[in-house]
Amino acid sequence: MGDWMTVTDPALSSESKITSQYTSETKMSPSSLYSQQVLCSSIPLSKNVHSFFSAFCTEENIEQSISYLDQELTTFGFPSLYEDSKGKETKRGLNVVAVLNCMNELLILQRKNLLAQENVETQNLKLGSDMGHLQNCYAKLKEQLETSRREMSGLQERDRQLQCKNRNLHQLLKNEKDEVQKLQNIIASRATQYNHDMKRKEREYNKLKERLHQLVMNKKDKKIAMEILNYVGRADGKRGSWRTDKTEARNEDEMYTILLSDYEYRQKQILMENAELKKVLQQMKKEMISLLSPQKQRPRERTDDNTGTALSDVEEDAGEMNRESIWDLSCETVREQLTNSIRKQWRILKSHVEKLDNQVSKVHLEGVNDEDVISRQDHEQETEKLEVEIQQCKEMIKTQQQLLQQQLATACDDDTSSLLRDCYLLEEKERLKEEWSLLKEQKKNFEKERRSFIEAAIRLGLERKAFEEERAIWLKQQFLSMTNFDLQNSENVKLFSAFSGSSDRDNHTVHSRPRARKPHSVANGSPNCTSKLTKSLPASPSTSDFCQTRSCVSEHSSINILNITPEETKPNQVGRECTNLKWSVASRPASQEGCYNGRSLTYANSHIHKDNLP
Amino acid sequence: MNFSEVFKLSGLLCKFSPNGKYLASCVQYRLVVRDVHTLQIVQLYTCLDQIQHAEWSADSLFILCAMYKRGLVQVWSLEQPEWHCKIDEGSAGLVASCWSPDGRHILNTTEFHLRITVWSLCTKSVSYIKYPKACQQGISFTRDGRYMALAERRDCRDHVSVFVCSDWQLLRHFDTDTQDLAGLEWAPNGCVLAVWDSCLEYKILLYSLDGRLLSTYCAYEWSLGIKSVDWSPSSQFLAIGSYDGKVRILNHVTWKMITEFGHLATINNPKIVVYKEAEKSSRLALGYNSFPQLRAIGTLPSAESKYEIASMPVSLQILKPVADRANPKIGVGTMAFSSDNYFLATKNDNVPNAVWIWDVQKMRLFVVLEQLSPVRSFQWDPQQPRLAICTGSSKVYLWSPAGCVSVQVPGEGDFQVLSLCWHLNGDSIALLSKDHFCLCFLETEGVRTTFGQLGDHT
Repeated sequence: MGDWMTVTDPALSSESKITSQYTSETKMSPSSLYSQQVLCSSIPLSKNVHSFFSAFCTEENIEQSISYLDQELTTFGFPSLYEDSKGKETKRGLNVVAVLNCMNELLILQRKNLLAQENVETQNLKLGSDMGHLQNCYAKLKEQLETSRREMSGLQERDRQLQCKNRNLHQLLKNEKDEVQKLQNIIASRATQYNHDMKRKEREYNKLKERLHQLVMNKKDKKIAMEILNYVGRADGKRGSWRTDKTEARNEDEMYTILLSDYEYRQKQILMENAELKKVLQQMKKEMISLLSPQKQRPRERTDDNTGTALSDVEEDAGEMNRESIWDLSCETVREQLTNSIRKQWRILKSHVEKLDNQVSKVHLEGVNDEDVISRQDHEQETEKLEVEIQQCKEMIKTQQQLLQQQLATACDDDTSSLLRDCYLLEEKERLKEEWSLLKEQKKNFEKERRSFIEAAIRLGLERKAFEEERAIWLKQQFLSMTNFDLQNSENVKLFSAFSGSSDRDNHTVHSRPRARKPHSVANGSPNCTSKLTKSLPASPSTSDFCQTRSCVSEHSSINILNITPEETKPNQVGRECTNLKWSVASRPASQEGCYNGRSLTYANSHIHKDNLP
Repeated sequence: MNFSEVFKLSGLLCKFSPNGKYLASCVQYRLVVRDVHTLQIVQLYTCLDQIQHAEWSADSLFILCAMYKRGLVQVWSLEQPEWHCKIDEGSAGLVASCWSPDGRHILNTTEFHLRITVWSLCTKSVSYIKYPKACQQGISFTRDGRYMALAERRDCRDHVSVFVCSDWQLLRHFDTDTQDLAGLEWAPNGCVLAVWDSCLEYKILLYSLDGRLLSTYCAYEWSLGIKSVDWSPSSQFLAIGSYDGKVRILNHVTWKMITEFGHLATINNPKIVVYKEAEKSSRLALGYNSFPQLRAIGTLPSAESKYEIASMPVSLQILKPVADRANPKIGVGTMAFSSDNYFLATKNDNVPNAVWIWDVQKMRLFVVLEQLSPVRSFQWDPQQPRLAICTGSSKVYLWSPAGCVSVQVPGEGDFQVLSLCWHLNGDSIALLSKDHFCLCFLETEGVRTTFGQLGDHT
């Protein structure tokens, strides 16, 4: 601020500036108080200001107040309130302009300040609300923290409890294990004890038995006897033999022979089984070889080492097999080779089969892609979808039925029905209007077309006239030149004209279209076919009608042609000629059309007249 | 299917003679021998007391009748009705009596298993065998009748003695590694002896005829073990039924287990056919034409039954065993191979109403028959794979691979079939009730058609 003051107020001496600053700070003037108050509270200011000022300046202290204000203002960088004086001694007068300027500036400042203050206030409010929000957030978060802390502690507690439980369970398990061990031990000991007891008891029992035996048997019990009428012969008819070593040996021999025969029988069975198995094995081997040999070339070409060597083994094995068949049953010598070869072949076969499997799976996959074979999942999904659709459809049908029923129920309600009918009519009306506008448009188009056609026809008529005139002129010239020669030439001319006429007639049906406009009124059957074509044409309702009329016309015209008398051919011919000339018309300059306008009407009149003749 | 008239019977003692010609039946103290075809009484013998055991000799010439209470055995000859023989065991008592395979010796076991007395009908000689073991099945003869294996107990150890039956010479004597031997049985080929421990321990030992230990098999420990053992007629398989409700099949080459058949109470395999016996209303029965003979006989008893093929899954009725009693009703207690080796019929004691029939060729369960009441006994036809079952009701049930039928036994009153036995040639069955017996004749053709019709109906 000091700098600013020096810039704006260069006139002030540094001395006075210092003093003024000094004074402003030292003397606690009412204004300074006020300024302080401003800083403190802004709202009650407006009222205070007035009362303050009223107290500040009185009749007596005007001078002082002014000087004070001057001082204050100068310190704040405003221009001095006093007029510039040349001398120090002379009393300076109050510069009203400066005062006013100052006032204005002060007011501006005040306004600015107020604005700023407002901004600050709003900002303050905003900040306050932010603050509140943040405080809320803070509180919430704090709460969350608290709850999570509580949860955590709860979980920790649970964890602790679980661990405790686990420990207990472990302990229990251990106890159980111990128990089991103990019980097992007990069982074992009991078992041994039981066995021991049993043995003891059994010994006692045996002793008793022995004693009983002695008692019973040694008594020479007379009762123990067999009463028999007579002894019967042995089943085999032989006499009983004495027990001797011989018989013992014989029994042994017999036993061994029985055992031997049993073993022999078993061996035979096993041999037979073996032979059969061998047969099967060899057959399998043969089949394997035959199966694998056609494949021999391909793997070799591929230079697959494993299969290559294995296949060479196969060949060896084939030779081996022959040898084997010679040895037949002496299996032991070739067992190892046999098993090895079988294993190898098996490996080959396995790899081959795996390859085939892979191929098959590939083919299958491709097949799935190519033939669009629906996989089961897709199928199921589809069916599900369809089912859902069916469901929806059913629902829709149901709702429709419901609606229908509702409608039927409400049909007797006249008001609503009439309302509905009205709606319906309105709709119809709108639609009709639309159609009507469409038709109008079409009509306009038709009119346009007709107009253009009429114009073209007029043009053609004019051209024909011109052409006829030309021909007449030409003929006249010819005639004039011919008069000098014989009559034969004149006949030629006639022939020529006839020829041209016939050619025109051929073209007539083809080119009937341009002519169609003229007899249109005739076709419509309107009685007042006036000479004015423009009137009759707008009546055509639609294009289809137009077409019909056209075809009628073509017929009509052809009939006309048939009935045409030689006298009448001329104008008709002219009409036809004009159609032929249509192309040439287009190429002609438009300026010519205007001069023929007068004639076109006459032509049209004459033509219509002629059409009506039949 | 025809039924004979009903004859009196006591003690379920009714036996076909081994040659198939005669039928011996006991009524109190009388022994009646009938011709199998005519059912005419051929001989009638009167014993001294109520007969408790009767047995044909192997040559069908003699019948022994044992009266254990009196310690008496009486032997009758079919050829010489006047011939008689009485063996008195005196104060030693008698608990078992049987023929030796030659039909000329009788083996009597005295009380307390003090000894076995071998009485000869040819000579005066009497032999004693000491220390026989008191067990389920302590004596076993080979099928050819040459050898006898006997379980013995000496010095608190189990032993097996192999005797030559012709002269009762001890051929082999060896101790077995068993805690408490429970039974022994020769393989049908007579070369292998299976010896098994008591139910406290699962252990089975296989000995050769010459006393060599061939193999030992133990499926598990610390649990109740073997309950029943049966050889297949070809000696190829040994089926072991145990208290865990499984049958384990051992092979005859390595004596290792081939497979085990678990008797699960729920069956959920479409390959297995479960025939369920169902009550049939009498009205339905009138329109049921499969047993014309039955109807021809006349009065149809009220509760007929038929078999229905149950739809999977099937859960069979389980009996909860009483845990604190001895001999709990669990485990496979009865097994029988069919005569042609193709099937094995088993019964699990805690599913008392069902008979499982296993396909031995494919080693899998084939058919389950669930009856309305607990199965009392079943026996295979000696000639073809055909199983007869009785459940203590008045019906006899027949199963063959073609199907199964339930046949009502006709007659007044309730004929509760408690046991049955096939005739040798498989064309008749003796059906035994508590007081009566009758014969059921199966014409092979008739039975076939019956089965066929059953197949149509089920």
